[in-house]
Formats: sequence, C-alpha cells, structure tokens
Amino acid sequence: MTDIVVFVETSVSGELRPSAAELLTAAARLGSPVAVVVTTAPLDASTAADLGALGAATVFNAVSRLLTTSLTGVQTAALAKAVEQFSPAAVILSNTLDGRDIAGRLSARLGAAVLLDAVDLRLDAGTIVATHSVFGGAYLTESSVDSGLAVVTVRQASIEGSAPAAAGQLTSVEIESQPLTSGVIDSIDDIVVASNRPELRGAKTVVSGGRGLGSAEKFVLVEQLADALGGAVGASRAAVDAGYIPQSHQVGQTGITVSPQLYFALGISGAIQHRAGMQTAKTIVAINKDEDAPIFEIADFGVVGDVFSVVPQLIDALNSRKP
Amino acid sequence: MKIVVLIKQVPDTYGERVLSPDTGWVDRAASDRVIDEINERALEVALTYKDSAKNTEIVLVTMGPAEAKDALRKGLSMGADSAVHILDDSLEGSDALATATTLAASLKREGFDLIVTGNESTDGRGGVVPAMVAELLGVPSLSFVSSVVITDDRVSGVRSDDTQTLQVHAPLPALISITEGSPDARFPSFKGIMTAKRKPLSVLSFAELGAEHPSARSRVVSNTERPARAAGRTITDDGSAGSQLVDYLVAERLI
Ligand SMILES: Cc1cc2nc3c(=O)[nH]c(=O)nc-3n(C[C@H](O)[C@H](O)[C@H](O)COP(=O)(O)OP(=O)(O)OC[C@H]3O[C@@H](n4cnc5c(N)ncnc54)[C@H](O)[C@@H]3O)c2cc1C
Repeated sequence: MTDIVVFVETSVSGELRPSAAELLTAAARLGSPVAVVVTTAPLDASTAADLGALGAATVFNAVSRLLTTSLTGVQTAALAKAVEQFSPAAVILSNTLDGRDIAGRLSARLGAAVLLDAVDLRLDAGTIVATHSVFGGAYLTESSVDSGLAVVTVRQASIEGSAPAAAGQLTSVEIESQPLTSGVIDSIDDIVVASNRPELRGAKTVVSGGRGLGSAEKFVLVEQLADALGGAVGASRAAVDAGYIPQSHQVGQTGITVSPQLYFALGISGAIQHRAGMQTAKTIVAINKDEDAPIFEIADFGVVGDVFSVVPQLIDALNSRKP
Repeated sequence: MKIVVLIKQVPDTYGERVLSPDTGWVDRAASDRVIDEINERALEVALTYKDSAKNTEIVLVTMGPAEAKDALRKGLSMGADSAVHILDDSLEGSDALATATTLAASLKREGFDLIVTGNESTDGRGGVVPAMVAELLGVPSLSFVSSVVITDDRVSGVRSDDTQTLQVHAPLPALISITEGSPDARFPSFKGIMTAKRKPLSVLSFAELGAEHPSARSRVVSNTERPARAAGRTITDDGSAGSQLVDYLVAERLI
C-alpha cells in the first residue's frame, strides 16, 4: 500500500494537537499513514503508541533543538526527508498557520501541487480527490493533482470517524542545521484555554455576538447563553474590531468557518462576509432589534427584539427546564 | 529600502460571487472586482514605514487579467511609487504553485529588500502563496503576522492563533504576510489620485519573465452549487420570545 505522510502538530511541551486524529483518519482512507512528529527531545514510546492507536503505521520522529527558534524551517526539512524516505502519494497537514506555511514551503521545494482546505478526502480509482467548501459553502468543489505528490491541507474539525489502530513503529532522525530561509522565533507563548467551553471549530452549538452587544462588559451575555446551551462563543468582525473579544473567535469570510447544528446570531446584522462563515449551520437563530436585518433572510427562527431582554428570558426559560 | 507589495484583484465580497460551471474557476465577469482588502492593509504597512523613512521605494506587483490594472491604480493613488502588471493569457486558471512561480520570477527581476503580502486572498483563501514565493526566492518569511516593525535591516511581528502567540523576526531581504490584525488602510488623497495617473505602470508577459510553468498542477474536477438558504419563521418579542424559542429548540431536538 502507498504511504501517506501526515504532519502531526504538537504544543511547545510536546503534546499532540487534537488534529492528529482527523488527519490520520483521512490518511488511512488513502494509504498507510506515516505520522511525522517534530520535537526537541526524542519522542517517548507512549506518544508513538498513542499515534499508533490513532492509525499511524509508522511514526517518523525528527528531533531538533532548533524547533523552538526556527519558524517552520525544521518541520519543512523533516517533511522533505520523510518524502525522500517514504515516497508517499500525499503529505497531509492541518490547515493551520503552521500547516499552511509548511505546505507552501514544501510544495515549492519539491515542485508538488497543493490541494488546500479540504473538508473531505477520498480515493477515486487510485486518484486522491479533495472536497472544498468554497465562498462560505455556496459551492462544493472537488480537486486533484495531475501527477506526482499531492500536498494537502485539511480544514480543522471537518473529518469524521476514526482510523483502525496500527503499529505506530517508531523511527527517528536528527535535524542539525539551522534552515537558512526560515524566520526566527524570539518567544513562544502557548495559550492555555481557561474555560471549559467547547472549541469554536467543530462545536455542535455556537453562540455569536455582534456590535449590537455594545461593549466588552455587555458581551458577557453572549457567554452566558453559550454556557446555558453548552456551546462555543463566536463573534462578528465588528465585535472583534471593537475589542469585545479576541480575533480567534471571529466567524466569517476572514475568520473561522463553522458548521454547527445550532447557530445563534445575537446583535449581528448578517453581512455577507459574516454569513460566509456560518451559513452552512443546520439551524440558525437570530435575535436582532432591526426587523430588516439581513440575518433574518437565512434564519430558521428569528426574533425581532432587544438582545438585552430576549436573551435573559431565554436563559431563564432554559434554566427552568433543567431538573 | 525597496518594498514590493503583492496585489490581487478579487470579486467584491459585498456582492454575490460565482464559480464558472465549466472550469470551477472564479467567474471574474460575474462580480464587481476590487483590490483585496488585505492587500490594502499590506500596502499600509509599507506606507507607514515610508512615512518615517522617506527614501523608501514602494512597488506593486500583480498577476491578473487586463482589469487588474485598476487595483494597481488604486494602490498607486494610495501612495505606492510604481507598479508591475504581469498579464498573459497562459496564466488563466493558475493554481497556487503556478501563481507563486510567476510572482517569484517577477520579484527576482524587480529586486527587493522586503516583500509584503496579505495572508490569504478572500477568493482563494489558500494562504500558501507567500510561503511558496519566499521558498522560490530563497528568503526567510514571516507568515500571518501583525504588529509589524520594519527597520533598516530586519522585520519583526507577532504571529498568533488560538493555540500560540509567537514573537518572530527575520533579517532582510525577507517576505512577510500580514493578517487582518494590521491597521486599516488610508484613503487615497485627491492629490494621490491625480498623481497616480502619471506613475509608471509596466506590463510584462510571462515570456519576459524567463520562467517556466511548473509541471505539477492541481485541477478542479467537479463543482456543485449548494441551494441557497430560505428564511424561516420570524416573531416579534412581546415578552414571551424566550419561551417560544425554547419550545422551538425542543421541537427541533436541538436541546
Ligand atoms: C474583506 C472583508 C472581510 C470581512 N470578514 C468578516 C468576517 O470574517 N466576519 C464578520 O462578521 N464580518 C466580516 N466583515 C465585516 C462585515 O462586512 C460587517 O461589517 C460585520 O459583519 C458587521 O458586524 P455586526 O453585524 O456585528 O455589526 P453591524 O453590522 O453594525 O450590526 C449590528 C446589529 O446589531 C443590531 N443591534 C444593535 N443593538 C441591538 C440590541 N440591543 N438588540 C438586538 N440587536 C441589536 C443592529 O440592528 C444591527 O443589525 C468583512 C468585511 C470585509 C470587507
């Protein structure tokens, strides 16, 4: 069976990012997964076993002290080595900042074509076919590469299912030299998420707030509803620009694309660029005091009203249902 | 200092955007075309530096059909000094690697100390072309950065997502791709608009770049339009909207 190289992202302290599972799941549909992990110290046997359980037949561990100072340089070098050693049909990465940076570098270095932001991957008569959700889900397209290696990035939280467990056979290489063409990392801060809310990407319920919330203090209402529903918190760009919430919560054209079972838009007008990030949600609920707000054109249930009176009513009604 | 800013003309995100049913490529004729907002922010990064370092030269480079020169004129009216338009029918439908190959060839020809790009276009959203261009040119790159600081011999910035915040830098020559976290761009002044018409805008064919198209390429093999969403029920709050909403969520088995 052909090998499929998977780039596994880790935190600074070496823990596997959750995307490892879905990348290995996608890879196992296409061939035999080789997990490439880059670390500052040799990977311990238990992490290799974890990757095996997630479907990695082989774990290729590149060890380099330079990992924490070279911006994606070591990872690109490690993948180039893995491609040389395994001659895979594809290299699969997560569509994150690092994943895209490394995919671009690797593609240009090896002269390989890219398939970007895939929401699904399958094998069709021996050809790898990627599905993409374009213009906020207005189109679904499929693409493939004409010949040779495919460098593929996969949208986070888009692949379902799991891969059968495999051997997780560990091999290691060292990467010594500083890649000349990489930027330099001066400092790294891992963001520790203090809340136990679900991640925005992949959440079943998302509650987003817009400029209509009026201030960072009052934006708390969005979080309260999210917590009452066990959902994640999102926002419009206007709410991010106004400083109500960090950019990593922005939903839309230039933010995150979500596709939850239930999406709440609170005080959001429904600009086309916002819709581009949420219009594939199964059910959309909008609360807005302007009955002409465009968000109502796509809402399954719309409430014309003030968020500061409707949302507290809603939270009360939800709480009184709970035993 | 010579700063090159890469520009892309895209379908206006405020309007409907269409993929051509035959090719799966963006149907450029179906929408209004504008300079991508992120490119205006990229240009703003260069202009802000030029405000404090007057002997900075800012060159715009775009690859695109004939109308793309409007995007260059806009950039010139904002304050760039000159522009290069790579215009060639053979480039239609270029994928990311082909685009990067063409841009890198023109950048080699043009020369630069710093290249500034947007992190991703609003039509393609790939976000890989900057890294490809840097790799083809053999220079370091800082991708997806904001809070950019440029000095004589280096560039630095902050690169953050939901997992990490990195402080990064690179010696020049280098490439950076900036995010929406970078400030909004200035508006062209009246004087800017008038002088833009006289600023040099050169047009180059692919052959003049002396590059070759890469042999590997990706291709759109199918393309389906999803049905548009329809509006559902809308109620006006009379004090009972909260409980009506809960009834709806229960009926739909959403809670
Ligand atoms: C290139 C580009 C990319 C963009 N990307 C994104 C993106 O990724 N995400 C995004 O969201 N936007 C994006 N935008 C911006 C987009 O065009 C809108 O400006 C933005 O979505 C508006 O956010 P909003 O709905 O919160 O604010 P507004 O449009 O100001 O709407 C606020 C709404 O709140 C309502 N309201 C006010 N007070 C109350 C109240 N007390 N109770 C109930 N309702 C109330 C108002 O009626 C109004 O409808 C992008 C724009 C461009 C040009």
